[in-house]
Amino acid sequence: MRDEIFAKARKQGHMRRNRTIVNIVVYVVLVIFCAIWLYPILWIFLSAFRDQRNADGQFIGSIVSNYWPEGFGIESFRRLFTETLFLRQFGNTLLVAVCSCVLSTLLTLSTAYVMSKIKFKMRKPFMNLAMILGLFPGFMSMVAIYYILKALQLTQSLFALILCYSAGAGMGFYVAKGFFDTVPNALVESAKLDGATQAQIFWKVVLPLSKPIIIYTALLAFTGPWMDFIFARVILGQENEELHTVAVALYQMMYGPKASGDVFTTFAAGCVCVAVPIVTLFLCMQKYYIEGATAGAVKG
Amino acid sequence: MTNLIALTQTGANWLLAVLIIVVVAQLLTVVCLILARYKKLGVVLNAVKNWFVGVGRAIRNFFVKLGKGTARRFREFHERFVDGSVGTKLSHFIMGSGNFYHKQICKGILFLVFQLLFIAFMALSPAINDTPLGGQALVNLVTLGKHDVAGGIDPVTGRPVKIDNSMLMLLFGVVTLGIIAIYIFVWLANIASSYKADLDQRYGGGPTSFKTDLKSMLDTNFHKTMLAPTILGVTVFTILPTLYMILIAFTNYGGDNAVGQVHFNWVGFDNFVEMFTNPNGEIAARFGSVLLWTVIWAFFATFTNYFGGIFLAILINRKGIKGKVIFRTVFIMTIAIPQFISLLAIRNLLATSGPVNGMLMKMGLISEPVNFLGLNPNLPVNENFVKMMIILINMWVGVPYTMLMTSGILMNIPTDLYEAAKVDGAKPLKIFFKITFPYIFFITTPYLISSFIGNVTSFNIIFMLTGGGPTVAGYKAGKTDLLVTWLYKLTIDNNEYSTGAVIGILTFICTSVLTLVTYRRSKSYKEEDTFQ
Repeated sequence: MRDEIFAKARKQGHMRRNRTIVNIVVYVVLVIFCAIWLYPILWIFLSAFRDQRNADGQFIGSIVSNYWPEGFGIESFRRLFTETLFLRQFGNTLLVAVCSCVLSTLLTLSTAYVMSKIKFKMRKPFMNLAMILGLFPGFMSMVAIYYILKALQLTQSLFALILCYSAGAGMGFYVAKGFFDTVPNALVESAKLDGATQAQIFWKVVLPLSKPIIIYTALLAFTGPWMDFIFARVILGQENEELHTVAVALYQMMYGPKASGDVFTTFAAGCVCVAVPIVTLFLCMQKYYIEGATAGAVKG
Repeated sequence: MTNLIALTQTGANWLLAVLIIVVVAQLLTVVCLILARYKKLGVVLNAVKNWFVGVGRAIRNFFVKLGKGTARRFREFHERFVDGSVGTKLSHFIMGSGNFYHKQICKGILFLVFQLLFIAFMALSPAINDTPLGGQALVNLVTLGKHDVAGGIDPVTGRPVKIDNSMLMLLFGVVTLGIIAIYIFVWLANIASSYKADLDQRYGGGPTSFKTDLKSMLDTNFHKTMLAPTILGVTVFTILPTLYMILIAFTNYGGDNAVGQVHFNWVGFDNFVEMFTNPNGEIAARFGSVLLWTVIWAFFATFTNYFGGIFLAILINRKGIKGKVIFRTVFIMTIAIPQFISLLAIRNLLATSGPVNGMLMKMGLISEPVNFLGLNPNLPVNENFVKMMIILINMWVGVPYTMLMTSGILMNIPTDLYEAAKVDGAKPLKIFFKITFPYIFFITTPYLISSFIGNVTSFNIIFMLTGGGPTVAGYKAGKTDLLVTWLYKLTIDNNEYSTGAVIGILTFICTSVLTLVTYRRSKSYKEEDTFQ
């Protein structure tokens, strides 16, 4: 009897030790993964604050082969703000982001709500149409928009870009629709019985319950213009520097026609200026982001 | 071990092959997991047969339904004409007359004004940039203009001849067709509104007032109000341009004399025929390999991210691991950083003069820099090695997202499933393959499909990392170009508009075939309530 108890205790000890070993392995793997994922990000950060000089004491702005810089300084930021149009371009992006955030959120939520809670005749065909349109490569229409704007001699403007970002937003209603599907129908029905109109139900009953999805949609719409590169580049053209958004501006800085090898640290400084606010925003809102992303996975 | 470069270059082919085998094996496991639900091979074959029969039936049903629906519409249209009041009959010809008949003055005026505006628009053909809209635009849509060169006097109009701007003619033709479609829609609405007033008169409390109709926009017709902006936006910024681009594929727009070219013609299916008849043409020569690489890329990109993400999520969510929040925050941070920053950072990190090569050289592993992304023209390039690097870097970009997504699902797996398994004495590995993975796979099937399509049309990774290189002499499509980056190069960089449009259509065909094949599967999944 005693032996059995000891054997059992020993076995449990084994298992506990096994589990500890596995846990240590998992920790090591996770730390290695984190290192891999942080490696490029940290490098951009270090490059932005790098102050490395050649034998003549001149600042080196190009890529160097050492990961850890020889000295730190803010010369790159001075260059970024005085020698380029970065501040102006940052303002452009902010303007586009705010406007398209408001417009897109309204469009997405209204479409999603209608698709989820109102049963009307054309609902099914409309959803099928949305799916078919999603199959065309997005920038097939983008290329056409570019030529249409050009042919109509409409100046390439930020306004056009805002419209392009927001106009199609209604088609991305799937995640928000999934959310509205979880709002109980009984709530809508009882409000209807109390004499509320459809508009009142939307504004006064459903929307106040939908804070997570509102924040998620707005977050994606706001960060979109900061992350999008190709649309802005095509619509705004490569030459109009004063109209560029940060993504286009930083790409052009490195690989545009006027690019020189000496701008890498300036580019890195620009990246830091863009990434820090966006990452902060994401981390503050991560609860809502994760909720939305998970729902999106299920809804497709 | 002084020269790693030769090793990596030849090793890349082997690594790629191994990678292919691993992923194919994983895929087979997945297929087996699905098939495991059916016990015998006969059942499986039967299921496959049923699937095809089902698709056939669905297509037939669609057309039968369409035919019946159209017939019904026409019948109803006729009955309404016979049954309606004088006003309704008249409103088939003069819009709004039915509303005037029922003293719905505001509505009647709106309809009438709309009709008059439309007639004026079609007859007067207002011009923008010397190119007419309206009726004239329809004629132009067919001819696409005839003047190649400017000069001389037109004998008909007596005005100096300008070069016809076919691009605008095509665009305005499509716009005019759209306006005609809107007109037909409003015309039908006008008849319906008049007939509704008839019925209200006959059975109810008389025709509704304009105020009531307006109020209904916030109540019974709320969905119309809510959808209107979306429909408008999508029509103008998605449907119209897509239609326009599709039409461009049937013209000879672009090519050698594209710069400054404004006049072009319809060529029918010539651009598509050329694909097969001109083996040295851009499309015929490169389409096969670009398509192959696009499919391989989409496949690997989807599944490496998927399994990598699940793996990472399981590690982070393991019981007894502390600091989950910290680990998760690190990965969310990488999601939040705009792609162009992280991709360009990695591209420069791997540059021949960059820190990775510097470190490898300092450690004595290589004697000359490795051309990771094939961007340095002075060093040897291995195409497969570059492709493998792209897929690995894509994992850096995509795995955190899948991790985040599957984390949420992992936490939602009903715990009683696990407890039951533990009581039955199942080992952790068995629990994973019998419960965790099937559950995640079941829930994320729609995501897998949409992410596969997303990868077929993904642009940033290739454009930022390699720009499609290494280049192929004589052709625009490089060795790592996807269909979409090729489309971009053709249209934006090289003005090959019609060729680009052909590629766009082919891309659409690829994605829609993929979706059609998988759609029924996922739909049946969605309708299944229980998880087995």
